[in-house]
Amino acid sequence: MNNRQNHRKNPGLYVHVPFCRSKCLYCDFYSIASQTSIPTWLEAVQREMRLYGEDCGDEHRGKFQNFDSLYLGGGTPTILSERDLAALMESARKYFTFSPEPEITIEANPDSLSAGKLQNIRDLGINRISLGVQSLDDADLKYLGRTHSANQAVKALEMIRFSGFTNISVDLIYGLETQNLRGWRKTLDKILEFRPEHLSCYQLTFEPGTPLGKMKAAGKVRSIGDKLEAAFFIYTSRYLEREGYLHYEISNFARATELTSCHNQKYWTHTPYLGLGPSAHSFYSGTRWWNVKSVKKYCQLLAEGTPPVESSEILTEDQLDLESLYLGLRTSAGIDLNELGADPGMSGALAEMQRTGLVKISNGRIKPTRKGFLVADSLPLMFQG
Amino acid sequence: MQKIRNFSIIAHIDHGKSTLADRLIQHAGLVNDRQFRDQILDNMDIERERGITIKSQTVVLSYKSKSGEVFDLNLIDTPGHADFSYEVSRALASCEGVLLLVDASQGVQAQTIANLYAAMEHDLTIIPVINKIDLPSADIEMVKEQIDHDLGLDSDLAVLCSSKEGTGIEDVLEAVVARIPPPAENSDKPLAALIFDAHYDPFRGTIVSCRVFDGKVRPGDLIRLMYNGAVHKVEEVGFFRLFRDPQPELSAGSVGYLIAGIKTVADVRIGDTITMDTNPVEARLPGFKDVKPVVFSSIYPISSDEYPSLVDSLEKYKLNDAALIYQKDSSAALGQGFRCGFLGLLHLEIVQERLEREFDQAIIMTAPSVQYQFKLNDGTELTVENPQYYPDPILIKNSAEPFIKATIIIPERYMGAVMKLCLERRGSNPRIAYPTTARVEITFDMPLAEVVFDFYDRLKTITQGYGSFDYELIEYRDSDLVKLDILVNGERVDALSIIVHRDRAREWGLQVCDRLKEEIPRHNFKIAIQGAIGGKIISRSTISPFRKDVTAKCYGGDITRKRKLLEKQKKGKKRMKMVGNVEIPQSAFVSVLKARDE
Ligand SMILES: Nc1nc2c(ncn2[C@@H]2O[C@H](COP(=O)(O)OP(=O)(O)OP(=O)(O)O)[C@@H](O)[C@H]2O)c(=O)[nH]1
Ligand code: SF4
Ligand SMILES: [Mg+2]
Repeated sequence: MNNRQNHRKNPGLYVHVPFCRSKCLYCDFYSIASQTSIPTWLEAVQREMRLYGEDCGDEHRGKFQNFDSLYLGGGTPTILSERDLAALMESARKYFTFSPEPEITIEANPDSLSAGKLQNIRDLGINRISLGVQSLDDADLKYLGRTHSANQAVKALEMIRFSGFTNISVDLIYGLETQNLRGWRKTLDKILEFRPEHLSCYQLTFEPGTPLGKMKAAGKVRSIGDKLEAAFFIYTSRYLEREGYLHYEISNFARATELTSCHNQKYWTHTPYLGLGPSAHSFYSGTRWWNVKSVKKYCQLLAEGTPPVESSEILTEDQLDLESLYLGLRTSAGIDLNELGADPGMSGALAEMQRTGLVKISNGRIKPTRKGFLVADSLPLMFQG
Repeated sequence: MQKIRNFSIIAHIDHGKSTLADRLIQHAGLVNDRQFRDQILDNMDIERERGITIKSQTVVLSYKSKSGEVFDLNLIDTPGHADFSYEVSRALASCEGVLLLVDASQGVQAQTIANLYAAMEHDLTIIPVINKIDLPSADIEMVKEQIDHDLGLDSDLAVLCSSKEGTGIEDVLEAVVARIPPPAENSDKPLAALIFDAHYDPFRGTIVSCRVFDGKVRPGDLIRLMYNGAVHKVEEVGFFRLFRDPQPELSAGSVGYLIAGIKTVADVRIGDTITMDTNPVEARLPGFKDVKPVVFSSIYPISSDEYPSLVDSLEKYKLNDAALIYQKDSSAALGQGFRCGFLGLLHLEIVQERLEREFDQAIIMTAPSVQYQFKLNDGTELTVENPQYYPDPILIKNSAEPFIKATIIIPERYMGAVMKLCLERRGSNPRIAYPTTARVEITFDMPLAEVVFDFYDRLKTITQGYGSFDYELIEYRDSDLVKLDILVNGERVDALSIIVHRDRAREWGLQVCDRLKEEIPRHNFKIAIQGAIGGKIISRSTISPFRKDVTAKCYGGDITRKRKLLEKQKKGKKRMKMVGNVEIPQSAFVSVLKARDE
């Protein structure tokens, strides 16, 4: 199986901004609610850029050049002051080279935006905004522990459009106890009035260790059950496709092929990416490594001139294959038929999956159907005879 | 020659044998504080996890007595649980004396007495030791009285100690050297050494634990294993001192190990005698009594191509667990395997776990069974311990099952609950006695089959651990037996069939259906699970198909995590058994046997 020639493709650059106004109850991204360490973090990120950038040692020379995407993620990158954002962008351009028209995304939350800041962001060359809306129902937002209201989110969308952004993505979450299909549809309808170029619709998950995860373990909140989850998923997919969106990955929708997230696809295709900042992951040609999950440690290590890497793994052929298989089966493009080994067990499994309508084969590729997406986590196992 | 004392520590479970061994080992300075850990002789992971001793362990300590003499003390720590009594009886064969421990607060218990009898059978010197005197609930006077009356020993000679706090340890050691006789001096005779344990080492071959009764043995000697006459050249002999400590020789009276490059596992029989090839003894040492298994179950490899490796592993495993007996067996659902006999349910569980951990064998075990007797219309008599051989019901004239006399000792407050449990389990003819003021001894007649499932676990639960239980087989009694089959989507899983009393069939059927429902993962089709007697369905459950996986996002940090999960699931999948098109995990076969946690 092979996506491995992908290491020749343009890499993506990710910067993790681990600060938020407060922690949402469901969130298992690494971020902290205190902002006092922003200056030291910024300095540290700049140092880390230098480690991989122009005057890097032999280890990384030549790996990360000509990025065609930059993603400022978090956390809440828009929490940074205009000056800090400018400094960050300036350093990125100083240490790295970019292809002519890179996709530059910033994640934003409705309560950390203003018209002036949006203008500023555009002036910095950032051309895509991913807005964390999650829901346009105040009861849902409260359940999730979001710090903004539905109204604020709508206002933020208006402002973003008004500032002239032509590539907007909106993050939404469905499958909450507080929500029914009608409420979910109302959120979708309102969002669609803005015709966002891209939508990420995530099913709520209760990650262990998060407040919501703990509340679930303690029996205080519940999942809506797989029957309803399936209904939400199918409904969302049908509804958005009817509205002209491509359901190109389990949780992602785009108004056109060229509007799919260039950056996120690197994660799914073993294309190199460099992640900077605490907890960020990087991948290059079969090796993956990740940074420490602590702002303090991250800054300390970089102050000493040490790479802030917590650990790394060199993937075996089998592991690369398994990842290609499962990541591929989460996308509408599916996987190349030839990438499946010639194992006789495979063809039986494949026939069974076609028969039960989980995948279809077209243009030499195995593509998951909507029903297949529902059980995408189990699909790869079905190929393991 | 060094002065030698060979002794075992024996007691009821948890009375503190291994903890006393710790103190003796520390007193001898065999480990420094950094290396030390509690119950240091319990070196198997399972022992440490469960906090019980499973294997007897030998360790040789030097001790300088108060009178200034130096002794080699050969100590054997033994298990207290009744299922491992074979370990105790073999350890006793290499000793001249025992320390019989009694917990100062619990007093004399079932295994205290059983182990005492075993020591008497070997005519050993018995030193009663009252342990845990530090406990606030310790009642030394009561225990002394029990020692006099129940054990028939002289309580004035009992040594008092607290193994936990280390008090009285010196007294224990002095009693050992003063009262236990030294082994007989027979070094000039032809070699006769008793194999009482062994284990397999991939590099060195079989490592034999033996007690030399006559003669001596050194590296270079040609020894003969008397059971089959196989001859091997000795490479190394030595003592166990937490590690193997090579010695120039093992002479009469000592207990140690012997390595002779024995790669043919079948050459070594526990209980066999080792002698010299050139100057053999005439007769073998008495050896050990045969084990009489009470519980039977079949084991199968998860995937049938692992059968040869299971054969090999069982052979090696048996070296280290002489109480296991086995013979070939086969099943339609699970392929070729073995029918095994165990000394009890815990023994069964331990065998399974050790095969998995030490030999990497993924196995499936069937529901434990006792031995049933059937008389057919044509006069033939059958003994059946394997549901597969249950005769055609229309041919059966009469069926019978083994009954036990169950003895349960409990604090009085649990009497009602225990009575109820026993009656549920077809107990009859209750008799009640008051051995001491606070305790009740209840005896019941009960079918052994009722005990082999989860009786002991239930008893422990309802008595909060205070119930002690012991049993002896009494006789076979007539019983209305049926065979219960389990069907998964219409296919019979022969490995889940059991023979059971008609009145208990429905309950068992329901339990199995529930368990399987919990353990069999959802498929993308509906699965029906049924319990049936002949053609009649008596219990059922269904597993609804799954509709949706839960993970919805997958970015940088999620990829490795998700792959690892898949790798784990893939591994788990290898351990599934296919019945029709349903994948049944190994855990499902195990779970049907587990006690209900009510
Ligand atoms: N208070 C107190 N506790 C003790 C003493 N000796 C042992 N224990 C505790 O009793 C428990 C059982 O001790 P072990 O030494 O494992 O008992 P054992 O007799 O070897 O048990 P098995 O080998 O399973 O039969 C442990 O929790 C010990 O810490 C003692 O003198 N005083
Ligand atoms: S804003 Fe985003 S990163 Fe911050 S806590 Fe909420 S979900 Fe997590
Ligand atoms: Mg012990």
